[in-house]
Amino acid sequence: MDLGPHAVFIVWAYVGAIVAVGGLVGYALFDSRRVASRLRDLEARGIRRRSAGNSP
Amino acid sequence: MTVDIAVKKPNWFSRLANPGQFLAWSKAFVLPLAILTAVLFSVGLYLAFFASPPDYQMGETVRIMYIHVPNAILSELIYAVMAVASIGTLVWRHPLADVAAKSAAPLGATFTGLALFTGSLWGRPTWGTFWEWDGRMTSTLILFLIYLGIIALWRAFEDQGRAGRVIAVFTLVGALDIPVVKYSVDWWNTLHQPASFSIMGDQHMAPSMEIPLLVMTLAFASLFATLDLVRMRTEIFRRRAETLERQAAAKLA
Amino acid sequence: MTGFLAVIGRDLRLAMRVGGDALTLVLFFVMVGVIVPFAIGPDSVTLSRLAPGIVWIAAFLSMLLGLDRLFRTDEEDGSLLLFRHAALPLEAIVFAKMAAHWLLTALPLIVASPLLAILLSMDVATWGRTVLSLLLGTPGLVALGTIGAAVTVSLRRGGLIAPVLILPLSIPVLIFGAGAIASGSAEGISNAALLFLAAISLVAMALAPFAAALALRLAED
Repeated sequence: MDLGPHAVFIVWAYVGAIVAVGGLVGYALFDSRRVASRLRDLEARGIRRRSAGNSP
Repeated sequence: MTVDIAVKKPNWFSRLANPGQFLAWSKAFVLPLAILTAVLFSVGLYLAFFASPPDYQMGETVRIMYIHVPNAILSELIYAVMAVASIGTLVWRHPLADVAAKSAAPLGATFTGLALFTGSLWGRPTWGTFWEWDGRMTSTLILFLIYLGIIALWRAFEDQGRAGRVIAVFTLVGALDIPVVKYSVDWWNTLHQPASFSIMGDQHMAPSMEIPLLVMTLAFASLFATLDLVRMRTEIFRRRAETLERQAAAKLA
Repeated sequence: MTGFLAVIGRDLRLAMRVGGDALTLVLFFVMVGVIVPFAIGPDSVTLSRLAPGIVWIAAFLSMLLGLDRLFRTDEEDGSLLLFRHAALPLEAIVFAKMAAHWLLTALPLIVASPLLAILLSMDVATWGRTVLSLLLGTPGLVALGTIGAAVTVSLRRGGLIAPVLILPLSIPVLIFGAGAIASGSAEGISNAALLFLAAISLVAMALAPFAAALALRLAED
């Protein structure tokens, strides 16, 4: 579709938005996985929260 | 809404306030919110490009407005969310309020930055320069700096609980100050630029433009809600991990 | 009242004893004015046109950089803890410290302003208005700065974070402060700016002790 003579600005605006949104989503997921693996790691070492009960 | 104080209130409140319960019920919301966000963006982008006309003055570059304006709106909305969360921390000692504030800050900063970025790109073909010190853009720039300062504060403290309380005070001071900033910037602008430019002007928009704008604003708002929820959950898990690691280290010592 | 005055007196005496500190700030203030012509050229017409803005920028930066000294020594030697449990309310103590800080930082700047006026080719009338705007605006800067200092008091390497926090919030003071000097534009505008400046300073001075005291208490919990 024809975006007119200033198409480059429109494209860059949307590219920037996609990069920003993608970055936010990506970091949120990455951080979530990172913390989850930390907790799994602790679980494997037998360290639990008091409310989770003691390991057998 | 009637609340049966004797029976329902403790339950309802604890589901919001207790981190463990929050984690339990919030998990179910993440995917639906993500899907809602995706749907809203699809509809919004379609409307923005294929179902709305080019502006009679600006031509096709008006498409940038469909990103710029929602982000500008959200930049202020998210600060309001942080301000309410700050009240929650200081007045009600709500245990999750500082988690909400901490999660929202980088999101607010990114949307504000995006508003500045798209505003700049919108200004270049329309008025010839990448930056114009007009009232709205200048106030948005100052808001961006405030967000960055708050994020720097979160990172400067070791004790995040203490950080949450102190930052709540600062956020509320900022909330009082931001209207003053906006007023003073507008005053300053009319002083130095007799003809005031404004990215939006006071144009009346046709419904064919208002509807895509509304949908895109809802899409970004939904994106914020989804990401904020995910980040809050991550932060609660992170604090658990840190406590456990500290306990483990203490046992070894 | 005696307790209030005692806090002011203590801060002033401590500053005199240690010396150097307030003078260094004034030196910085003058030096900003000195380096400007090296950057933008010595043309006195340009300088005199830009002079009000330059003086305000120099004052603004000096006040921001001087923030750390507000609570730093008290935090280090344990006085903050004493203040929290003193008979005098913490808000009053903070207000007293704000007053002392203004006397130690803003007043010397205003006294040194004639130097800048001469260096930047400012005429006497403009300089007079500059002094007035500084008198009305610096209390607001002190007030906002106190909040920033209180929020960052528990940070070890506070460094530049307090100025960075307070700068965006203080922009209205800069806008109305420089706008109040208005050489050439309508006098009504510069008078309006003076009124806004005074209003901001008053409200800031009234609210800052409460916000800062709250932040101090929360930081030490």
